[in-house]
Amino acid sequence: MSTVTPQPLPFRARSYMAFVLSPQQPIADWLADLDASIECSKSIYSHHPVALDMSAVNLNPDEIAHLIANLGERSIRVLGIEGITPIGAEGKLPPILRAGRVGQTFQLPDQTVVVNSVPEKQQKVASLLVEGRVRSGQSIVHIDGDVTVLGSVGSGAEIIAGGSIHIYGTLRGRASAGITGDNRARIFCHRAEAELLAIDSHYKMAADFAPDLQSQPIQAWLEGETLTISAIN
Amino acid sequence: MAKVLVVTSGKGGVGKTTSTAALGAALARDGQNVVVVDFDIGLRNLDLIMGAERRVVFDLINVINGVAKLSQALIRDKRLENLYLLPASQTGDKDALTEDGVAKVIEELRTKFDWVICDSPAGIERGATLAMRYADAAIIVTNPEVSSVRDSDRIIGLLDSKTVKAERGERIDKHVLITRYDSSRAARGGMLSIDDVLEILSCPLLGIIPESKEVLLASNIGSPVTLNNAMSAPARAYFDAARRLKGEHIHMLVPSESNSIFNKLFGRKAA
Repeated sequence: MSTVTPQPLPFRARSYMAFVLSPQQPIADWLADLDASIECSKSIYSHHPVALDMSAVNLNPDEIAHLIANLGERSIRVLGIEGITPIGAEGKLPPILRAGRVGQTFQLPDQTVVVNSVPEKQQKVASLLVEGRVRSGQSIVHIDGDVTVLGSVGSGAEIIAGGSIHIYGTLRGRASAGITGDNRARIFCHRAEAELLAIDSHYKMAADFAPDLQSQPIQAWLEGETLTISAIN
Repeated sequence: MAKVLVVTSGKGGVGKTTSTAALGAALARDGQNVVVVDFDIGLRNLDLIMGAERRVVFDLINVINGVAKLSQALIRDKRLENLYLLPASQTGDKDALTEDGVAKVIEELRTKFDWVICDSPAGIERGATLAMRYADAAIIVTNPEVSSVRDSDRIIGLLDSKTVKAERGERIDKHVLITRYDSSRAARGGMLSIDDVLEILSCPLLGIIPESKEVLLASNIGSPVTLNNAMSAPARAYFDAARRLKGEHIHMLVPSESNSIFNKLFGRKAA
């Protein structure tokens, strides 16, 4: 008869990217502001984990539970709470989070041009194809995967992607790839006159680009923590 | 079938009002029934350029608020009997414009005129968005320099998303009108080239209006440049643009130093 020595299970840790919402008092006004800001991109929070930062408000556990129910009505599911001191009565609340690392501030676009018009079925497709050009002031936000733009991206326009970004025209605006923490994401463009390139919150501005890459076909990727840009071909 | 045009740009001072007056007068000289509508509530200018500032009694806001009938607010041009102006209010503010009110006025103007040309205020606020709201086509006035071109790109994005036509899934016709084109500066490379502007905006070109003192001269005496001196270079460029609006194919002339040969000849003689 053989005896099996019990192997201790490994405790593993893994970090994830989550949106953070920071409620302000009065809560009713803050909810109204939230409604207004997610109006043009309703699905933005619904498929992604959200953490609540309660450091700016002073609510008891019942009030927090009520707030979480209110968010639930907006399809926002709360993964955890930070900024409250445990007092023992928060058993029915999501876990308390600590030592969060600050990520990139995420501006909701004033016109979510493409995300809105994509029918439900296509949202499951990991990459997004924009056939036309992206004009100044427009944002294409696609946190679920790659974005491909066939036309140019104007100065003052931005592309934000969870994965890589491919631009077949001239990139004059901003491109942020790997926004949800994918440091293997890359940016490719046919003609680079970009204002800013960013991958996983490491960025370079136009002033930092090598002059010989101006108006050239380029790719950008992360080498460690450094955004690296080189000509293609 | 009436056509509603918006003359817009985003940036101020590029020539929207000048172009509205010049194109309106050019179309009217061609026998079309035209009304030019000033949407710059609180900072109206079109009445001055049209030389009608002493005859403004009622304005667009009065019509929207039901204080005056449209026929009372329309001012007939003294030079062309088929050219009218609907002035803006100088006292009101942009919040006085309502979407329903503007819709009603535009609908009524459609029944009376061949062309309704709306002079948009600068910016992307209420006045500008309502000026473009009901347009069938847009003229994007751009100077060949980077800030003007970027603002125009922004405006084109709004035209493609915030107009009634765009919301119905139709395409709004867009025309780029390049104004204040200075051929000597272009030759020295001190300006964006026409090709650069069109590459960035990727819209068809309606015309290129050369920089000229004739424009200032005409506005000082309250006359559209196409009426004040019809043979001047900017007036001829506006007449060509008006014919292109009507669907005619007119060869596009890039204003150049056409008199540079003369300058050289006479320059030598004088020396």
